Amino acid sequence: MLAKRIIPCLDVKEGRTVKGINFVDLKDAGDPVELGAAYSREGADELVFLDITATHEKRKTLAALARNVASQVNIPFTIGGGIGAIQDVDVCLSSGADKVSINSAAVRNPRLVEQLAMQFGSQCIVVAIDAKQIGDQWVVHLNGGRIPTEVELFSWAKEVSDRGAGEILFTSMNHDGTKNGFALNATGRLSRELPIPIIASGGAGSAEHFYEVFTIANADAGLAASIFHYDEIPIRVLKQYLKDHSIPIR
Amino acid sequence: MKVAIIDYKSGNVQSVKFALQRMGVEAELTADHDYIMRADKVIFPGVGEASTTMKVLAERGLDKLIKRLHQPVLGICLGMQLLCRHSEENNTKCLDIFPMEVKRFNAGDSPLKVPHMGWNIIYNLGDALGQKMEKEYMYFVHSYYVEMSEYTIGTCDYIHPFSAIIQKDNFMATQFHPEKSGAVGQLLLDKFLSQ
Repeated sequence: MLAKRIIPCLDVKEGRTVKGINFVDLKDAGDPVELGAAYSREGADELVFLDITATHEKRKTLAALARNVASQVNIPFTIGGGIGAIQDVDVCLSSGADKVSINSAAVRNPRLVEQLAMQFGSQCIVVAIDAKQIGDQWVVHLNGGRIPTEVELFSWAKEVSDRGAGEILFTSMNHDGTKNGFALNATGRLSRELPIPIIASGGAGSAEHFYEVFTIANADAGLAASIFHYDEIPIRVLKQYLKDHSIPIR
Repeated sequence: MKVAIIDYKSGNVQSVKFALQRMGVEAELTADHDYIMRADKVIFPGVGEASTTMKVLAERGLDKLIKRLHQPVLGICLGMQLLCRHSEENNTKCLDIFPMEVKRFNAGDSPLKVPHMGWNIIYNLGDALGQKMEKEYMYFVHSYYVEMSEYTIGTCDYIHPFSAIIQKDNFMATQFHPEKSGAVGQLLLDKFLSQ
């Protein structure tokens, strides 16, 4: 049986992780490669690195990050953050990344999803969607949640899936940072309506929250950042909890 | 020990090289026929689409070369599928080292998703592999699978049982990515390298 995945997400700026100060036994918790390798040893199933460096040399930065991680980490990882062109994806994958995640660029140019899926295969194209519930509408936002769009979450998710996205990484902006649990209704609806895996993100604050998102919302993976970085829920402990509650976990 | 990783510009062959490096083995990414023929071990990785990849292999004469290899060969993922007779992916004639069909997963009425992507358990391992990997999780990413056969020496269940590992003469192949399967994946690579 396919295991549910636990995915720590690391924000990287100028080659350094932005969060992660409390992490266990590291010589350099600011080093994304060392932190990633530590998560892998702890039992993380996959890693996501979001490069938030503002630079004109984005492509070089992404390639260096991918290469450094790939040389040290023996589990799959995704690189994202400002990926806008086919060449960006090419350098990430050829430098050793398993998947890339695209976000704003896909909304601006939906055909990009198709082109990437054709050229590199759906399995390595993750479309990240940041959305905020306003009234009874889930509104897709761009640029790390700063710019609202006219696009609605469920129709957009369906569209990128039809265009060949391999996975959807859905972040609820309403839940992100609250530690009150994932957006179960919206995540559940995405899982039901789409034929591709859904990674739930935003709101994880306890092991129970992962249990809920895997059972009630049927997510394929749960992603979190600060609870892992600050060692509030060690991955080993989280996975044991989920195993004890009969969730298929590696 | 000379290890050649067949390079045909497929996605992510770099990971295999890195995985071996972490085990202290320097491997060469190469399409050079002489180098591949003389290597002690050959790894045939692969991520991509079957018909395009077969075309690229043929252009470089690698299709004929692979069939002639006499040393231990490890096919990974698409590499495994291409070692079989035929793939349903764009109706592609493959290398026919293993006489099996590569078929597309059909989830039918089940809620299971295709591709089969993530960590799944391998079991019923053949004696040659030992027991250390029995019922351990490996990392899979694929929409097509190799049917069960007498050459299956490791099984995985998704929608139905399929071949996770196959072996025939000097050829072994895995549907999962040992280079991405953490410490357990490394055991498989170890096994292959120590053959």
